[in-house]
Amino acid sequence: MKQQRMMIHGVILGIFCLGFGLLLAATDQLTVKDIAARAIEDRLNSLSQVIPESIHDNNLVTDAIAMKDGQGNEITVYRATKAGKVTGVAYEIFGTGYAGRIKLMLGVDAEGKVLGVRVLAHKETPGLGDKIETKKGDWILRFTGLSIGNPPVEKWKVKKDGGQFDQFAGATITPRGVVRAIREGLEFFAANKAQMMDMSAPKAPMKEGH
Amino acid sequence: MTTEYKTIVKDGLWDNNGVLAMLLGLCPTMAMTTSATNGLGMGLATAAVMAASGLLVSMFRSQITQEVRIPVYILIVAAMVTLVDLCMNAWMHELYKVLGLFIPLIVSNCLPLARLEAFAAKEKVLPSLMDGIFMGIGFTLALTAIGAVREITGAGTLFADASLLLGPAFKFMETHVLPPDSGVLMMILPPGGFLVAGLMVVGKRILDVRAGKAIQMGGAHSAA
Repeated sequence: MKQQRMMIHGVILGIFCLGFGLLLAATDQLTVKDIAARAIEDRLNSLSQVIPESIHDNNLVTDAIAMKDGQGNEITVYRATKAGKVTGVAYEIFGTGYAGRIKLMLGVDAEGKVLGVRVLAHKETPGLGDKIETKKGDWILRFTGLSIGNPPVEKWKVKKDGGQFDQFAGATITPRGVVRAIREGLEFFAANKAQMMDMSAPKAPMKEGH
Repeated sequence: MTTEYKTIVKDGLWDNNGVLAMLLGLCPTMAMTTSATNGLGMGLATAAVMAASGLLVSMFRSQITQEVRIPVYILIVAAMVTLVDLCMNAWMHELYKVLGLFIPLIVSNCLPLARLEAFAAKEKVLPSLMDGIFMGIGFTLALTAIGAVREITGAGTLFADASLLLGPAFKFMETHVLPPDSGVLMMILPPGGFLVAGLMVVGKRILDVRAGKAIQMGGAHSAA
């Protein structure tokens, strides 16, 4: 008798799991296409901020190659092409801030000059470190047009460390991490320029952050 | 409206308020009340999940046996949260970008689970739905109020980015109360959350004492 009652509980729980599992599977089926479309729109949005419209005539999201960056992360390099030539690239770079990893998108033109940098995600202190967002300040815009050599590589630091970039009041670690990430990002470009400019490089399969 | 429904509404909004009386769901309360808009959004999403899960649990209350009720409740709440998460991501994407990170937090909120156990498991379908809705609205009011105080004192604004959450028509809600950069940073950081929530609980009790009510000691089961 007791055995049988145990069974019933199991069956009830199983039926509920099955029912809600089916419901969720159906919802997933219904939304999966729209969610993928939104993800591509988001990607295009952040890319269009670091690669000006005027230098490309291709679809940035689909024209991408997969590479490994200096820290061994798998990254996707989005390429801007115009009339069959690579005019610029954009890829994610990572810095270490006060509260963990700062994820940025860096756009570089064919000469190695910064087209633009934007913060994609960070956990810095609100009111202090978050001035790296364009929403909170224009600090991040000062990198546009700079390259390794302008300023010289030893000046790619915050002022406190003897470099030429301002830190903000009350926050040094955040800008230090960002400056370093951009410098490393530019060095990565210099080291891998040939592969990035190679039009015959195989395209990366579309990856979805799910 | 019968007296039963009146009690449900009064309990949810004030007498047995999820945050201010029962002190439940403090994890999302602390995490999401850095601004009034965030508090409002989190509250509304929670209210939707609570209404749907209250309805479902009440519908199946005679099938769910005592022994497996807790896993089934968790299953139902988690399924509703995932449903809200997927649908918002697909069809309300701007809102999802603001709230997306925090939707999964609803599963860890003990308020829905407490109401299912204390109310929906024993009551008929319609009262359970009402309880979910009004407990959810009470939660929303508490979160919005805490968020408003923290935002004004911490950042000097009120309902910043409300148009992102509610649509462009609500741009008028976004106000600057204090000059920019005059806020006290601590109010936005976690200590501010505990301070403001604590002061609000005290404030509610003072009002209740003034009104001559006996203080309801918090507890998920006191309303049932």
